[in-house]
Amino acid sequence: MVVPVAFFALFFAWPVAAIVARGLKVDGAWQFGRIADVVAQSDIRHVLWFTTWQALASTALTLLIALPGAYVFARLDFPGKQVLRAVVTVPFVLPTVVVGTAFLALVGRGGLLDELWGVRLDTTVWAILLAHVFFNYAVVVRTVGGLWGQLDPGQEEAARMLGASRWAAWRKVTLPALAPAVAAAALMVFLFTFTSFGVVQILGGPTFATLEVEIYRQTSEIFDLSTAAVLTIVQFVAVGAILAVHARTVRRRETALRLVDASVTARRPRGAREWGLLAGVLATVLVLLVLPLAVLVQRSLDAPGFGYYRALTRDDGGTFLVPPIEAIGNSLQYAVAATAIAVVIGGLAAAALTRRDAGRLVRGFDALLMLPLGVSAVTVGFGFLIALDEPPLDLRSSWILVPLAQALVGVPFVVRTMLPVLRAVDGRLRESAAVLGASPWRVWREVDLPMVRRALLVAAGFAFAVSLGEFGATVFIARPDNPTLPVAVARLLGRPGALNYGQAMALSTILMVVCAVALLVLERLRTDRTGEF
Amino acid sequence: MHTKTFVAAAVGLGLITLSACGSSSGSEGSGNSKSVTLVSHDSWAVSKSVLADFEKKSGYKVNVLKDGDAGQAVNKAILTKDNPQGDVFFGVDNTLLSRALDNGLFQSYEAKGSDLILPEYRVDQAKHRVTPIDSGDICVNYDKAYFSKHKLTPPASFDDLVKPEYKNLLVTENAATSSPGLGFLLGSAAKYGDAGWQGYWEKLKANGVKVVDGWEQAYNEEFSGSAGGKKAKADRPLVVSYASSPPAEVIYGDPKPKTAPTGVSYGTCFRQVEYAGLLSNAKNSKGGKALLDFLVTKEFQDDMPLNMFVYPVREGAQVPPEFVKYGPQAKDPETMAPAKIADNRDQWVKSWTSLVLK
Repeated sequence: MVVPVAFFALFFAWPVAAIVARGLKVDGAWQFGRIADVVAQSDIRHVLWFTTWQALASTALTLLIALPGAYVFARLDFPGKQVLRAVVTVPFVLPTVVVGTAFLALVGRGGLLDELWGVRLDTTVWAILLAHVFFNYAVVVRTVGGLWGQLDPGQEEAARMLGASRWAAWRKVTLPALAPAVAAAALMVFLFTFTSFGVVQILGGPTFATLEVEIYRQTSEIFDLSTAAVLTIVQFVAVGAILAVHARTVRRRETALRLVDASVTARRPRGAREWGLLAGVLATVLVLLVLPLAVLVQRSLDAPGFGYYRALTRDDGGTFLVPPIEAIGNSLQYAVAATAIAVVIGGLAAAALTRRDAGRLVRGFDALLMLPLGVSAVTVGFGFLIALDEPPLDLRSSWILVPLAQALVGVPFVVRTMLPVLRAVDGRLRESAAVLGASPWRVWREVDLPMVRRALLVAAGFAFAVSLGEFGATVFIARPDNPTLPVAVARLLGRPGALNYGQAMALSTILMVVCAVALLVLERLRTDRTGEF
Repeated sequence: MHTKTFVAAAVGLGLITLSACGSSSGSEGSGNSKSVTLVSHDSWAVSKSVLADFEKKSGYKVNVLKDGDAGQAVNKAILTKDNPQGDVFFGVDNTLLSRALDNGLFQSYEAKGSDLILPEYRVDQAKHRVTPIDSGDICVNYDKAYFSKHKLTPPASFDDLVKPEYKNLLVTENAATSSPGLGFLLGSAAKYGDAGWQGYWEKLKANGVKVVDGWEQAYNEEFSGSAGGKKAKADRPLVVSYASSPPAEVIYGDPKPKTAPTGVSYGTCFRQVEYAGLLSNAKNSKGGKALLDFLVTKEFQDDMPLNMFVYPVREGAQVPPEFVKYGPQAKDPETMAPAKIADNRDQWVKSWTSLVLK
């Protein structure tokens, strides 16, 4: 417990507090009056309103589009299901620059829609909403589908035998059991879209701004640290509230449900309706998720003889001090380091949270661990600059800052994956082993480890994939001579000329393939009790 | 149970300490007086041979820290001024200069060779906290092919841009987020005065000006005259960019065009000057001073234009022939004193945002 708390205090709470204090403290006195002033400004209100309604709309749209998908993945058996489940998860871990570019290629000028029907959606709110669905489809499919697959279909069948209509049986039996999972998924999607940054920045143009984008502008461009501090606090409160509600629904979900092995509930589709549903879901996945990814691949192959890929290996002397291809090596190294940190910190936190004597305070820590997902990367980045500047912790120019920042984002995923599994380990097993004379280390090795090994691997894999794709914080702190894949993509996109653009697409494709492979390996390891993600 | 937690905690701590150790041995020693650190923005570039020459002559090894775009780099430098990340900062321009000076970012040092800097660029003559290094002009560029095809004269001035024959042709950048966007706004404010620029932008808006977030998007995706824009089937033949953009189109053309595909509307220019200075609390101020001296040498000033697409500020420095031919500096650009910019920038950007974007 001590280690994760210390980690979060040092690398998250302190830097964020330092930068907020810099903005709100004038001559040693807190200026809390600023909060009311800033919130009263009409343009800030406008931002708050847009942030909220686009998050609500994105969440509703994602549920609408992804719930049928959750059903199909949970209840139907079809060839290629494992691969497809990995494919729909790829967008979730892709960096937003890449997704933004893919969407521009699809819905922007000269994009596919424009060429076919003359429809352009860039700089409209629709592009933002669709990109949010693209990102969060997997959240709903994995959270809701995971539970749906384990619900005993016998209960619904029993209701129908007793004369309930198909609809009534679903509404009265399945829906109540599913509702907490749907609520949890919806809240996660709401959280991710409420704090959306890259998508809005790239697709929204100058007219749309979420709180997160506004915090970035105030900090990084306008340098109004006091407004930025107020907005950070506002976002903090909002995210805290979302997480608190989420924690409650998750706890409710853990109340007894009759669960069965997911492999027995899935079956081949029967009848025209189920085949139709399957076809519909597959078509949606194809258009909404696979097509944008395919556009990237196609653009990366635009030059004859893999020209853009070959260009990646050359040293151009200007933008990069090293050939862009070396970004792959950097990314992998950083991601491995970040995964190690995330697994240790997240694993310890999860272990502490499962102890039966864990009080309310400790359980509150569960929600706290998720907070880094809801705090702007620019806030953390600027905070690092002013908080971690004294020896022995002058980390400002150290490479370790990158894996640390990535681990902050990875830890919540580790905790959420490990927690259900650790909670399922029967404490009496440990006690009996101890009574029989096993040392604590041996108890852990022979009781706990075999049970959580797979979950640990899945958690590590997720942390790895998330670290690979992490962009917001990394772009801020990565050294110019050691760019990661997403940072290199962003830098290439920022330069004029076809060659740079092509190389950006080629690097994005490589990143996508690495993520997809990592996720496919995860699919093979997946156990039924693991994972809300 | 407790022992288990303890062991795991020890392993975790060990891991973190281990990685922290790795970092201290891996980072290049910046406290070393034989090395000097330059903090700059992402656009910083210099020929390897020129920098190596300085390192050889001075005996200092130069570390470069590119710390984000121009605005970000300045802001980060201000935040860390008590314990700076380097010795010299290059890349604060006249739109942000007052912010840097008011926050005490720099200490006084008059670089050797300052007397050879052209008088119109000199500022802060009493204290010499900053040294001008380069200049550039933010101007409207036009797509030559479009205007010859439509038998239309390209616009020459701010006034021309609001005329009906140029309706829906101009794309510019968000003044809140982009430095050419801000430069263009300041140019209009210099031209029409504190009271008049809003009326000008109302007319510009009525004439169909398009605003995008950054220069990359405006120039490469919306402007029909650039290499990128042609590929993207862009449809705006006027863009707010730099006077040095047409030379860049020639130098980086593939194949190299016989003449520049774009031209500059010289009546729409705003002068941008970039400065460097010795950071307050610099750890190696001696090395920093040597580095500042180097930035105004003829060797560096001659090398600069092709690396950063800017113009030298030193008397007698060479400008590449493409610059002379396709993008000479404006003779009579709009200018504004840094103090006036500092007093008005935030308010103007705010009114501009609600006037043009909302």
